[in-house]
Amino acid sequence: MPQAPSTILRAFVLRHPRSLVYFPGAMKQTLYEKIWNRHVVTELADGWTLLFIDRQLVHEVTSPQAFDGLRLAGRKVRHPELTFATLDHNVPTDDQTVIRDPVSKAQIEALRRNCKEFGIRLFDIGTRDIGVVHIVGPELGITLPGTTVVCGDSHTATHGAFGALAHGIGTSEVEHVLATQTLRQQKFKTFRVEYAGRLPPHVTSKDMVLKLIGEIGTAGGTGCVLEFTGAAVRALSMEARMTICNMSIEAGARAGLIAPDETTFQYIAAGDRPFAPRGAALEKCIADWRTLASDPGATYDRTLTIDCDQLAPQVTWGTSPGMVTDVTGVVPALDQVRGYSPADVAAALAYMGLQPGTKLTDIQLDTVFIGSCTNGRIEDLREAAAIFRGRTVATGVRALIVPGSARVKAQAEAEGLDKIFTAAGCEWRYAGCSMCLAMNPDQLKPGERCAATSNRNFEGRQGKGGRTHLVGPAMAAAAAVAGHFVDIRAWK
Amino acid sequence: MNPFTLHTGTVVAVDRANIDTDAIIPKQFLKLIGRTGFGEFLFNDWRYLENGQPNPDFDLNKPAFKGATILVARNNFGCGSSREHAVWAVAQYGLRVVIAPWRAEAGGARTPGFADIFRNNCVKNGVLTLELSEPEVDRMFGVIQAQPGVTATVDLPQQTLTLHGKPEQSFKFEIDPGVKDYLLRGLDDIALTLEQAAAITAFERRHDVQLATA
Repeated sequence: MPQAPSTILRAFVLRHPRSLVYFPGAMKQTLYEKIWNRHVVTELADGWTLLFIDRQLVHEVTSPQAFDGLRLAGRKVRHPELTFATLDHNVPTDDQTVIRDPVSKAQIEALRRNCKEFGIRLFDIGTRDIGVVHIVGPELGITLPGTTVVCGDSHTATHGAFGALAHGIGTSEVEHVLATQTLRQQKFKTFRVEYAGRLPPHVTSKDMVLKLIGEIGTAGGTGCVLEFTGAAVRALSMEARMTICNMSIEAGARAGLIAPDETTFQYIAAGDRPFAPRGAALEKCIADWRTLASDPGATYDRTLTIDCDQLAPQVTWGTSPGMVTDVTGVVPALDQVRGYSPADVAAALAYMGLQPGTKLTDIQLDTVFIGSCTNGRIEDLREAAAIFRGRTVATGVRALIVPGSARVKAQAEAEGLDKIFTAAGCEWRYAGCSMCLAMNPDQLKPGERCAATSNRNFEGRQGKGGRTHLVGPAMAAAAAVAGHFVDIRAWK
Repeated sequence: MNPFTLHTGTVVAVDRANIDTDAIIPKQFLKLIGRTGFGEFLFNDWRYLENGQPNPDFDLNKPAFKGATILVARNNFGCGSSREHAVWAVAQYGLRVVIAPWRAEAGGARTPGFADIFRNNCVKNGVLTLELSEPEVDRMFGVIQAQPGVTATVDLPQQTLTLHGKPEQSFKFEIDPGVKDYLLRGLDDIALTLEQAAAITAFERRHDVQLATA
């Protein structure tokens, strides 16, 4: 990968200090660069760096081969105390005590065995801390500002909402981090996305990130770390920030970052987060975390501004997250989609069973899925419950509500949200990845159409032949009630 | 890992953009806990019919492309999930090279042809991700369509791809020097990093991981 212009400029200014007059931003650092610099173990050849990893999160799908690799080579886990495992992809969400699929069961048992053998903490089925890996990390205080976080899962980008540099990695790298607590990395380019203005009522951070992906495409962020800034981001809760960072990977970026602020510190300080520092240690950390934000005037390789004042709820209509438009829109003509060839659009519409010109609000649904690491947090469930309260799911529609973790489930039940869901005719489930990727029994049948709060509308993602439309939680809930998409802003 | 230097094989094309790792290896095969046996499930939903028989319309199943070891596709190959199973499926099917085009953007910037995590996973498994320009990839598609079963030679030290069609044509490609060195030597990443054990230990002494002892 060629070096980022910002890196080249900095090297130049270091060699020629007087040139700083002409490049005043050159020595100012972005959030990404600050975190990076804190984790450099040593520089390797050819522009590669050995980077220290503060936390590795592990789940059952992408780890068994990594542990096998360690065993084969006679290696140990270097820092079991910095490694945290949970079960999420395979777990059933109806009855968690019975895993009928023997292959799923074998994978779950492999993780249990591996955690025991290598001394790693596992949040197992039936415990209060189990859940989707990217929900569990933040809520237990494992994810902290200024840290480096990895997981064999592309949605690790979620943790960037705390100002943690968080990447998805492959299984070979999972093994590498287990053995060495480091990663061999090249610096990414920096891409600032400024969300200006104020979100209108009922428009959410899901719409903000879907809009971005529609603008820059699913490869628009490839080779970059995104940093989300602007008034509209500052106004968001941690839950909502996590939704944006979560889908950075859908824009091609391995990581998304938001500078930590009072909202972040308050989230970490409040509640039961057993792995977060407390008392004087926390105060010391917060003082340090305040220095992480990008320096004013720091330069980025690319910048983009999105105005939120006029942002509409977003709905995807195709088989790529960049195939997205306003809820008030129509399915586009084949040659009217930026970044996709007419052949790509034709293939997507054939798979989705849609015709150009169809109003999105005329699309009828069979299933609604509310959950996942994108929108399975307590705030998302509150948003959905506000829609379902006193209403019922349309005839013929199946609505699945899957909390992101056992803690989210307990909190929702303490608030009585589960009663609202079941009274409306929704299924209230145990925590897991569920129908986001359909590795467990929660799957679409061929031709079934689903409004999903998850992150990917790929062919077959939610079940072979299944058709996925990505939306935010309130939009999904309203669609469940109406039986088709509705503009939540105008809905009564 | 097998070093990669010179490779010659049949080229097969899949004419799609944004091929995601869910398409390369669908989720039901991610439950396997071993590192082998993924090749037969590569592109499963496109490659096989409902009844489990090979789809005769899918190019990988056509006699001319039997034993193909070089795959060419469109931009943003390998997007989506980080699953390394996708690369294991590619490698175990027998593919050693995947080709996708970079895209020219306004202002001279390039959008890479491969998603970052997929590309990284390929390196770890000795699979070369080779990027050419869009016109070059268009030309390759044209030759493969006109001369199915055409072979190509990839010379990694020289950074050239030669398509042995009539007439023969050669393309230069760029590659990160670190990645090139890694593939040429077929290195073991972890052993290499453990040579830095002293540096890691020194770093650990001065670095605060901010973990509360729960």
